[in-house]
Amino acid sequence: MSDLARKRDRREARNRWLLLAPALTILIFAASGPLLITLVYSFLTAGDYGGVRWEFSTDAWFNVFLQRDIFDDTLSFADAHLSIFWRSVKLSLLTTIGAIILGFPTAYFIATRPKHQRDFWMLLIIIPFWTNLLIRTFAVMELIRNEGTLNTFLISIGVIDEPLQILFTETAIMIGMLYVYLPLMVLPLYASMERLEFSLIEAGYDLYASRFAVLRRIILPLVKPGLIAGSILVFVPSLGAYVTPRVMGGGKQLMLGNLIELQFGQGRNWPLGAALSITLLATVMVALLFYVRAAGREEVSHG
Amino acid sequence: MIEISGVSKTYGTGKSRFLALDDVSVTIAQNEFFTLLGPSGCGKTTLLRVIAGFVDPTAGSVTMEGQDLLRSPPHHRPVNTVFQSYALFPHLTVRQNISFGLEMLGKPKDEIAQTVGEMMALVQMEQMADRETSQISGGQQQRVALARALAPKPKVLLLDEPLSALDFKLRKEMQIELKRLQTETGITFVFVTHDQEEALTMSDRIAVMNAGSIRQIGSPRDIYDHPAERFVADFIGDTNFLPVEVLSSEGTEAQVRLGSGQRIAARAGDGREGGGVTLAVRPEHARIVPEAEGLAAGRLSNLVYFGTDTHYHVDLDDGTRFVVRAQNNPDMFQHAAQGDRVGIAFPGGVGQVLRD
Repeated sequence: MSDLARKRDRREARNRWLLLAPALTILIFAASGPLLITLVYSFLTAGDYGGVRWEFSTDAWFNVFLQRDIFDDTLSFADAHLSIFWRSVKLSLLTTIGAIILGFPTAYFIATRPKHQRDFWMLLIIIPFWTNLLIRTFAVMELIRNEGTLNTFLISIGVIDEPLQILFTETAIMIGMLYVYLPLMVLPLYASMERLEFSLIEAGYDLYASRFAVLRRIILPLVKPGLIAGSILVFVPSLGAYVTPRVMGGGKQLMLGNLIELQFGQGRNWPLGAALSITLLATVMVALLFYVRAAGREEVSHG
Repeated sequence: MIEISGVSKTYGTGKSRFLALDDVSVTIAQNEFFTLLGPSGCGKTTLLRVIAGFVDPTAGSVTMEGQDLLRSPPHHRPVNTVFQSYALFPHLTVRQNISFGLEMLGKPKDEIAQTVGEMMALVQMEQMADRETSQISGGQQQRVALARALAPKPKVLLLDEPLSALDFKLRKEMQIELKRLQTETGITFVFVTHDQEEALTMSDRIAVMNAGSIRQIGSPRDIYDHPAERFVADFIGDTNFLPVEVLSSEGTEAQVRLGSGQRIAARAGDGREGGGVTLAVRPEHARIVPEAEGLAAGRLSNLVYFGTDTHYHVDLDDGTRFVVRAQNNPDMFQHAAQGDRVGIAFPGGVGQVLRD
């Protein structure tokens, strides 16, 4: 390699780093830094009025999963935490499944419109994003509360006598999250469906595949990248959701995000809050790892 | 075997109404290599898609061995398609692509394996069985698409310009290959192309289409030698059009008078009487002669050398451009140079009288 070429390579490498520098700076200071602080805090002792005392302790981690009886010191699982954990995972999974069920036909519908119409339909999907999360959540609340649109309608047509108690239940949280995160499923699904060549679907029909077989054997494998991306985009924020469970659950149905907030606020137990945060992060990472692995393996076996 | 009668297809309404197929009727015989030939937008692909089931005609009927095809959805028709873009499944290997149709038909596993093996041997793709379809060349993809469509042993194979994406040499090879496959398998081929040479070399019969309707159906020789109308003569091969006057017409023979006053015998078009105003003459049927001996005279405006033959462009005195194609054979009268006055001549009976 000539001197000139080597010089050019070096310059290109330097330019790449320069281009990356702003993003890297933000990542280091705004993501990794706080994460590190959180990790450190989880191994400290809680201060009496919030904050931390700089004394090493594993109490916080201990308390994430276990609890010591106040009277006889026997150990048992931290039922309260675990049930909140379970509720978070369950509701996030259900939200993801719901988003697939609702988002898949939506994305397919948009992707099969004539080109000039698709932007319009996409706009309809994106418009809610321009609205504040809290306002969107209150809008859903208005729909499902006891004197809300849904109940009033059902009572007026005589299907039910008493209003359905939906608000402040797990169902309400799920409906709220589904509404808020649905676009995150539709967008990547649409992106991969738009790239899908329609002639492949015709080829499927031509080769004697029924509608269902075309969906399962051709469309699904080909839009899987979008399906995976959408599932991750819905599942991850659902697991850590804070505003929606707070409003729709009425403070009775806690999810992980609320539990963590509680420790940093009223609970005045910062180390426990920090430990719960790290646990949430780990849960998300493990879930993603499994999901991507499973999805990847299936791809291999299908060719 | 396939009877298409009175099939029409319109798209849109009002001003944007577009007639893609206009009362098309044709019967395709068992084991025939039948070609739909025409310029792009002539409706040939639409007609193919009607047979495949991807387009519902607005009017007309399509039957196959007496059964109404229009009543069954595409996945119930004993018809397979080789798509223009091949439409190979990108997530499946070569072998999985070929076995797809058989699996969908619910054939037993060992039968599938056997048929797929045969198909891969037929198109010489055994070495590539476990490759991804993105890892093989265009010609190989073409062969996989063919094998995939042939594997379920359809009664009719529909081919939508399957060779258009291939380079010239590969296209020539595949033309011979396709013809061989059709003869070997005994399957009826319905082939769509805009390439007239492809149509002439491969087909048993050709239907020439334009603006949604079939202009002429016949064997390649028929179509080339006896074009029924100006569009067909113009679209298939090169043709000179000379304004003539019909003196007499009897059966398939006619006497015409050229603009120069000379008379010559010509073929009358399909018994059509009178009104014949144009004589179509193929460039290879004509020759350059000394001015005095010609049926018409003019100035040699251009000579284009093609290696095997030369094209002489003659501007006739009445203003028409006439092209003579002559093989580069030392015996020919070839002393003419650009700018010379020359005559053109052709034997009696080779010209075709056409109505405009």
